[in-house]
Amino acid sequence: MELFGIWIAALLTLGIYSFLYKDNPVYKATEAIFVGVSAGYWAVVYYFDNIYKKFWEGAVTSDNPDYWMYGGAVLGLLFLTRLFPKIGWISRWPLAFIVGATAGLYMVIYFVTNAMNQTASTIMDIVARNAAGEILWMDTLGTLVILVGVVTGLVYFFFSKEHKGVFGTAAKVGTWFLMITFGASFGYTVMSRMSLFIGRMDFLMSDWLHIIK
Amino acid sequence: MRREIPILITSVAGLVFAVSYFIPHFPFGESESIFGDWVTIVQAFAIWLGALNLIKVSWEKISRKKADWPFALLIVISLVATLLIGFIDGYRGLNAEPQYSFRDPGTSFDWLFRHVYTALTSTMFSMLAFFVGSASYRAFRARNLQATLLLIAGFFVMGGRVPLLDQMIAPIWDYPFFSHLADWIMTFPNTAGQRAIMIGIALGVMSSSLRIILGIERSHVGGGTR
Amino acid sequence: MMATMATIATVVVGLTLIYVLYRTIKGRPVERRIVFVYIAFSVILPLMMQISPPLPITGDVLKVYDNIKVLQPGSKVLCAFDYDPPSAPELQPMAVAFMKYAFKHDLKVIIMGLWPQGPQQAQMAVEEAMLDPEVAAKNLQEGIDWVNLGFQSGNEFVIQSMGSEFKRMFPKDDRLVPYDSIPLMKNVVNFSNIDYVMNFSSGKPGTVEWVQIGVDRFGVKMSAGNTAVQAPMVYPYLRAGQLLGILGGMSGAAEFEKVLDEEGDASTFLLAQMFAHATVIAFIIIGNIAFFIGGRRKKITTPQVK
Repeated sequence: MELFGIWIAALLTLGIYSFLYKDNPVYKATEAIFVGVSAGYWAVVYYFDNIYKKFWEGAVTSDNPDYWMYGGAVLGLLFLTRLFPKIGWISRWPLAFIVGATAGLYMVIYFVTNAMNQTASTIMDIVARNAAGEILWMDTLGTLVILVGVVTGLVYFFFSKEHKGVFGTAAKVGTWFLMITFGASFGYTVMSRMSLFIGRMDFLMSDWLHIIK
Repeated sequence: MRREIPILITSVAGLVFAVSYFIPHFPFGESESIFGDWVTIVQAFAIWLGALNLIKVSWEKISRKKADWPFALLIVISLVATLLIGFIDGYRGLNAEPQYSFRDPGTSFDWLFRHVYTALTSTMFSMLAFFVGSASYRAFRARNLQATLLLIAGFFVMGGRVPLLDQMIAPIWDYPFFSHLADWIMTFPNTAGQRAIMIGIALGVMSSSLRIILGIERSHVGGGTR
Repeated sequence: MMATMATIATVVVGLTLIYVLYRTIKGRPVERRIVFVYIAFSVILPLMMQISPPLPITGDVLKVYDNIKVLQPGSKVLCAFDYDPPSAPELQPMAVAFMKYAFKHDLKVIIMGLWPQGPQQAQMAVEEAMLDPEVAAKNLQEGIDWVNLGFQSGNEFVIQSMGSEFKRMFPKDDRLVPYDSIPLMKNVVNFSNIDYVMNFSSGKPGTVEWVQIGVDRFGVKMSAGNTAVQAPMVYPYLRAGQLLGILGGMSGAAEFEKVLDEEGDASTFLLAQMFAHATVIAFIIIGNIAFFIGGRRKKITTPQVK
């Protein structure tokens, strides 16, 4: 079965890659299998790991049932009404619950982690020192770079004031920092995409064709 | 009432999670735990909604013999086959002695994951490698100062994070200069830019979350903004 | 023999780039399928060479190592597997290297996932780690030395709930053993009983959510292994001390393998990564040379309006 599985995986891989030459029925077929299997995979996993393990065994068949979970199951079933246009409006209730819960949690955690702690890290300990108290000049230069970059970057994103004069210059410096950031992200993105392809080639060449170890 | 009740649900859920961060005691802590359970269960049903909707849309395509309907049939067959394999393995495992999971090594579902799902998803995303190479050749031009800065930063990060540029200069200077340069770019200017974006996004998320909890933003319940 | 042929082929392919440069300057850029062929060769040929290039270790990776080497035998490490198969070439080598280290140094590993595919990726990492002779000799037992709690939906709400009680989100492990029956989880109620968190993440939910809730709300100590797409975004957390170390992309995985002295896939793939980057850089340079020469030619041939 293992050898059969490797052959299936290899043929599916080549079927997807056939798109690189041009769109063709083989690619469309493998794409359809991809969509169907992915949806089925997620449905099975979520059923057994959540609906069954958490709700069914936690609230229905448990010796010590948690009756509160019936609320979640009711909301979940209401979500499925979206499939029927006449009663689809009911699905707004569980959607509203999810949106509200997420908004409430995000309002606080984004403030604490992404705003407060990041601002504190930017403006505190600008002069870097070692354990003996001596100034580390290169690290201090680095923290100054971060301070200037964060402030000018935030100035750039402030659109309530026209970017003119000193403000405009600061915004321009901000765009330079942002361009360096995007360039670094681009470099890393190339690395990531190539890694995905390297992984597939390694599978084809070692597991399937045994050209390499 | 069709809109008022969902807005009330949104506000109550939002307030519970926001307040319980600071007051983890009764009733907020307990409410947070209960609502957290509800979120996990509702998310599972949301995935099932997606799967059932996919079947519904595909079946419509098949029954009306629209363009590419055979591929829609293939979608439905693949989905149903995966569900069947998963449920058969799952319930067999639950009724076995000792019990085993639907995805334990050796099950058909695990075989499907390792040889079909992994191959398809990995290959689909790996095609991006080709498109990023093609885009680099066709589109990335140093047209102005900003684009030049972007390309220079990208060049040094790409060449420095793997030992490409260091190996090229190694015969002359055996010091990982470009690796340290790439590290410096990531640690300082990249951090600065990412932090500015992060703080900006955080402020936006805070304000839009507050608007949602206060019922000012109603797009998720079919209204606009009050 | 194969490595020699691959090397020769690489040189030949590299020289043909001069022809691509010539055509692009002449205003006849090559078709994108030709570019695809170059990308494919830039990966296939180095893989056949089977060479691991020398690699300096960066500070971010050393920080991860410095934090895990102080963990005492018996320390409980929570490994969050928050990725799917497409990210496996980057993250799986990190996970395997970490598992081998953990098992060899008698760390107790608790696995969980916020992505549905995470527990299966973790299972494959454990299986690979168990093939190591030193690990195999220890005769490790699931439920005693390591456990896979499985997947739970809810994203950040799962982490939130784990702050109070792990059992609420994972009433049974991935083998359907009840939480209270797992020896390893006997005295583990919540994050206060965990010594370290190692997160392998490729997106949302992942490192950001773990920092926001696990670190900033519940005070866990954490390092992260991220895909190269996500890594630049988590550097601010490293700088602020919220993360104790980052492994970024395949090069981060290769450095981690080197610092742990565990030979793995990432080190083998690094040469292919180098050549792929060189190819992309070459195409960018070719495109820009043609752009600048073409622009200058237009300035010379276009009559100057006075």
